[in-house]
Amino acid sequence: MKDNTPLIEIRDLHKSFGDHHVLNGFNMSLYEKENLVIVGKSGSGKSVLLKCIVRLVDIDSGTLNVLGQSIPDLQQEELDILRTDVGFLFQGSALYDSMTVRENLQFPLRRHSKRLQRPDEDKLILEALESVGLAHTLDLMPEELSGGMKRRVALARTLILQPKIILYDEPTSGLDPITAKEIIELILKVQNQYGTASLIITHDMDCARVISNRMIILVDGIDYGNGVYQELAISEDPKIRAFFK
Amino acid sequence: MSSKHKYLNDWAAYFDETGKVTRFAFRFFREAVKPPYEFRELLKQCYVIGYQSLFLVGLTGFIMGLVFDLQSRPTMIEFGAESFMPGMIGISIVREIGPVITALICAGKIGSSIGAELGSMKVTEQIDAMEVSGTNPFKYLVVTRIMAATLMLPILTIAADGIGLFGSYLIESYKGDVTFKLYINKVINILSFGDMVPSIIKTFFFGFAIGLIGCYKGYNSEKGTAGVGAAANVAVVIASLLVFVLDLIAVLISDIFYEL
Repeated sequence: MKDNTPLIEIRDLHKSFGDHHVLNGFNMSLYEKENLVIVGKSGSGKSVLLKCIVRLVDIDSGTLNVLGQSIPDLQQEELDILRTDVGFLFQGSALYDSMTVRENLQFPLRRHSKRLQRPDEDKLILEALESVGLAHTLDLMPEELSGGMKRRVALARTLILQPKIILYDEPTSGLDPITAKEIIELILKVQNQYGTASLIITHDMDCARVISNRMIILVDGIDYGNGVYQELAISEDPKIRAFFK
Repeated sequence: MSSKHKYLNDWAAYFDETGKVTRFAFRFFREAVKPPYEFRELLKQCYVIGYQSLFLVGLTGFIMGLVFDLQSRPTMIEFGAESFMPGMIGISIVREIGPVITALICAGKIGSSIGAELGSMKVTEQIDAMEVSGTNPFKYLVVTRIMAATLMLPILTIAADGIGLFGSYLIESYKGDVTFKLYINKVINILSFGDMVPSIIKTFFFGFAIGLIGCYKGYNSEKGTAGVGAAANVAVVIASLLVFVLDLIAVLISDIFYEL
């Protein structure tokens, strides 16, 4: 599975907000077609890490390379181009609530594929929605969708630019167990269909077990544990064991 | 904390906030001139801010004209100056009441709606989603809204002035037997270039201030849904206050030109 060149490489990453040190020398690598799950307690800096990767938040120090490019050193235009290769599924879906589902999917498409003809555009939108099983929601507003459906549409919006990496911020949080299971299956299906690498932030251990090829346990701002689920599950370290109880 | 320290902290917070708003305004000018331009979104915002406010502004203008005429009429009659009514009302509406009332209505309607909309987008991470999709959210959301408010407020003011004068004409026609042609002639004869131009120019600044404050408060909204409400509320209060401050400045500047 692993290629030698990581798609995302983070070394000695530090990020603080005032006196609060969130990341204290965090390290990780994400490889092609890999599902890497990062688990950590609430407030441990998982979401901040994802935001650092797409430079929604600036890092204090360390190395952060995505697709071979140093994120802190990129100019805005270069960053915007790179961001089309990195999809981001937000915890609350973040669908644009003044737009229909179709317009939500059109939005990134029109900004990055301006020469697309309307029929080609419609075809791509329909394909993306079909891949998440929601082709019938094309003209609905986000407020008319359930939590699980919103998550699926957000995933379709992420997929429409065919990114190489997808970052998932708590993809199953706030969902009932059945819908959460459907989302997990969808993530696996998407990974097989599109061949993307996924970085998934969660504290749902069921999700981590099913989805991960590899896991990182984030404790005290560092990559405290790193390995496959089965290895970590039998660890004697109390800080790691706490996640598997 | 002693009251002296609290007082100093309040002033420090005030200057800090003023600095941030100024930086936000400079960023607006920087982003506004830099391509790509969001014409489609600008047109949409002009429709939302301009067309969708027209009824409210028009109704307010109409009532303003009616009330102003009804209130002034008895005093003018007492001084035997009934024939000056159209001119007096024309000057008052065009120079002062029309622009200020329209701006205050818009501060309430547009300022709160922009503050709440952007605030809600901020706390639900829609602005972040826009940014990670490679779109500049400042240019798409902020520049278009401030520009639309700046461009639409003069148009709304002209509409409110016209409708207000029509309201006043209805009273004049009912109580004073004045024809429409006579009324309009009296208004036009008394209004000069110096009455109309400064009053229109100042409405661009009113629109800019309303858009700027609404966008600043919404775009920087924090603390969840409570923050959204606070952003909308503070946007209205500050924008309304700014309208009066800008009006005072505009009147002082116009006065200097009159004296020259």
